[in-house]
Amino acid sequence: MDTQNTQSDARPVLEGPDIARVLTRIAHEIVERAKGADDVVLLGIPTRGVFLAQRLAAKLEQITERKVPVGSLDITMYRDDLRMHPPRALARTEIPGDGIDGRLVVLVDDVLFSGRTIRAALDALNDIGRPRAVQLAVLVDRGHRELPIRADYVGKNLPTSLRETVKVLLAEEDGRDTVLLGAKRTSQ
Amino acid sequence: MQRHLISAADLTRDDAVLILDTAEEMARVADRPIKKLPTLRGRTVVNLFFEDSTRTRISFEAAEKRLSADVINFTAKGSSVSKGESLKDTAQTLEAMGVDAVVIRHGASGAPYRLATSGWIDAHVINAGDGTHQHPTQALLDAFTMRRRLVGRDAGLGQDLSGRRITIVGDVLHSRVARSNVDLLHTLGAEVTLVAPPTLLPVGVDTWPCEVSYALDSTLTKSDAVMMLRVQRERMNAAFFPTEREYSRRYGLDGDRMARMPEHAIVMHPGPMVRGMEITAEVADSDRCTVIEQVANGVSIRMAVLYLLLGGNEPALAHPSPTTALTTRRFAPTAELRTTEEK
Amino acid sequence: MSKILIRGAKVLGGEQQDVLIDGETITQVGAGLSADGAEVVEADGKILLPGLVDLHTHLREPGREDSETVLTGTRAAASGGYTSVFAMANTFPVADTAGVVEQVWRLGQESGYCDVQPIGAVTVGLEGQKLAELGAMHESAAGVTVFSDDGKCVHDAVIMRRALEYVKAFDGVVAQHAQEPRLTEGAQMNEGVVSAELGLGGWPAVAEESIIARDVLLAEHVGSRVHICHLSTAGSVEIVRWAKSRGIRVTAEVTPHHLLLTDELVRSYDPVYKVNPPLRTERDVMALREALADGTIDIVATDHAPHPHEDKDCEWAAAAMGMVGLETALSVVQETMVDTGLLDWAGVADRMSFTPARIGRAEGHGRPVSAGEPANLTLVDSAYRGPVDPAGFASRSRNTPYEGRELPGRVTHTWLRGKATLVDGKLT
Repeated sequence: MDTQNTQSDARPVLEGPDIARVLTRIAHEIVERAKGADDVVLLGIPTRGVFLAQRLAAKLEQITERKVPVGSLDITMYRDDLRMHPPRALARTEIPGDGIDGRLVVLVDDVLFSGRTIRAALDALNDIGRPRAVQLAVLVDRGHRELPIRADYVGKNLPTSLRETVKVLLAEEDGRDTVLLGAKRTSQ
Repeated sequence: MQRHLISAADLTRDDAVLILDTAEEMARVADRPIKKLPTLRGRTVVNLFFEDSTRTRISFEAAEKRLSADVINFTAKGSSVSKGESLKDTAQTLEAMGVDAVVIRHGASGAPYRLATSGWIDAHVINAGDGTHQHPTQALLDAFTMRRRLVGRDAGLGQDLSGRRITIVGDVLHSRVARSNVDLLHTLGAEVTLVAPPTLLPVGVDTWPCEVSYALDSTLTKSDAVMMLRVQRERMNAAFFPTEREYSRRYGLDGDRMARMPEHAIVMHPGPMVRGMEITAEVADSDRCTVIEQVANGVSIRMAVLYLLLGGNEPALAHPSPTTALTTRRFAPTAELRTTEEK
Repeated sequence: MSKILIRGAKVLGGEQQDVLIDGETITQVGAGLSADGAEVVEADGKILLPGLVDLHTHLREPGREDSETVLTGTRAAASGGYTSVFAMANTFPVADTAGVVEQVWRLGQESGYCDVQPIGAVTVGLEGQKLAELGAMHESAAGVTVFSDDGKCVHDAVIMRRALEYVKAFDGVVAQHAQEPRLTEGAQMNEGVVSAELGLGGWPAVAEESIIARDVLLAEHVGSRVHICHLSTAGSVEIVRWAKSRGIRVTAEVTPHHLLLTDELVRSYDPVYKVNPPLRTERDVMALREALADGTIDIVATDHAPHPHEDKDCEWAAAAMGMVGLETALSVVQETMVDTGLLDWAGVADRMSFTPARIGRAEGHGRPVSAGEPANLTLVDSAYRGPVDPAGFASRSRNTPYEGRELPGRVTHTWLRGKATLVDGKLT
């Protein structure tokens, strides 16, 4: 069991309005960098990446006044640490109707940390189709990369120590929007 | 459910629902251009078949290959087993080769249980049908088929079969499919009725968690699903019933009987069908009959079982983790435990 | 032979007494006997019983010496407190001729641990079709009086009738393995709730009961005595009770395992529990205990059935049927009958020595513990309780269902005609 939920000393580093603001900014950056974003497909990484992708899609639709395809990409089966844990329940992979071939896929996740999730996501994408390009949007980049991966769109760069925890809470899943920074409790 | 899948009776409701939900995600892989996942790369699975069963073996094999496991097929025919080698020696030979899981089909009831508990091997054991005992993946794929048809693909996620009325008709006495289905369907909250001539019901069936009836027509009208079991013609020679004609007249499913079923009700069959015996061609080929779906669903279910049994950690790889107990392998939905820390 | 004084033994569980053995014979029984140069065995309140008699043992020799020999089997018998065992006929070759029964009898004589009384086959090759030379076996050196096709049922009613009649000429008895063959085709375990669940072929109680019912009626009709082997169901008890009330000369045995174990154990699919007749239900076990207590069932017989490890270390269907029993029989009887208050030690002596000797006409066995009788005795530490350890068995086989199970009672000494075969739990 993870410890964040019960932690009392976790402090918010982003609150609801901050999150809304950075998502708006990221949406604008996507439009700008993707030159109108007319071939963008947003794929959220479950669980919270999916909600962020949906929110980004809504913002993009506001900006571009076009429907932006959004889906989800479960990376469980592609993880490199499967054998360090009991098997995980699978989340949904939902690729929008027109697929990803030849399109600009923007992967969306809540926290960028070691980069292993994104590595797994790239592998998963490879089995689904051949995008024109793949970009990455994250709400928080907390550093400590273990792979040569970087985000194209970052909500907040948050320098952390390995003894700290970062927890993103979103209204869809957790009832409120906030990002908490806490200290890892040494259990056992 | 711990390290092995031996009997449908070993599954809790949550285990079973997790398997069905996982299978639902696995099924989506079949729609992709590359029908393969890297999940069991480096794991070796042996299909150890002491009984001929091409369907079950290829279904497991397809599931194993879609999950990128290394697959070894071992059939008793033409092997040293036919020269008198014991199950124990065969098992220990496989163990020496370092297999991670054994999918076993055996004519003797209890052989998979024996394999799993006798200390002959360390590998996970998955029962692919033993004697007249159990066939748990068949029951799972049947339940999966029912949930899809009766509750819905997405609507079914997380759901069991509470309140659904399932009728199983035929040679219950010799059927591992019936035993597994009664156990699993009961666990999933369904109401099961077995219909058979008294000769084809085991002594002691009255203690099973189901109803028993000798009459098909009265149960048909209140069934959400009717599962027809194969009835081998040879049973006739052992006086289980007088003639094929009498059996099919009393217990076979034909168009007239099917018409009396509720409109939404489905007809199931574990295959292979004996057309003209327990089921007429008209029924077998109707769109209410799910036989072909059951075959497709079998691969998804077996992928789910393999993933949930083999996809996780080995005790040897266990290193300190703040989030999970590594000592025992278990089925537990852990999605909600995933945190940013694990990424 | 020297003198032995057993001091302070509870003879048949009664008052503590001393028992003096001189040579092959008990010479005195009483309080405060003088040692007078005799070797003294301090019984210290242990139970002294007449040497036990097993009417149903498989010694496997000739033919299956990998599972047991006459020597290892009689050593196991002595360990279990037995001084006489009846060796079943289903050897290879079958004990259906004077030659084979004499061979077994001689091997028993040579072993020196326990008298071996061969049982002759009823039919040639146990095939149920042609009577074996029952008279020749009786007249042989082995002096066979008990005949049985055990392992198979004498299912043909005419053959059974003839056998019952024929052995009257020399006061023989037919011991029937009651198993209707057609009703038990493919049978693997007791037919009932557990077999239905496990998908193992059912072995219905009626397959046993129908044969017993037929045979007691046949015995009545021809005025013969009949013995029923290893009775295992409550229904069989009822039939035997009815037959006895009618005056039919029927005797019956029960095995220790049918007094203790039930078919619930088969859920483990461990073939150590695979036995013929199969383990039955709790209700049957209770009926068997009650019947043994009230005398409906006359005796306990072990059906000691040794099998090599590989015949049990396999899947259920492929495994051999049977359990070893000689070295645990008395403990199981103490557990199920004595410690439950159903039977006292005198009752145990009756069911495990006096009556089996009488049924089998075993000369010199099953005699009272009193002066002038042959010194066939066994001394039991009934206060002992401990786990069964098959590694310590004298039998060549280890297929016991009791491994690790705590059981009461331990045989410490056995004397065969005054000669100690077991001293302080060790074979001589």
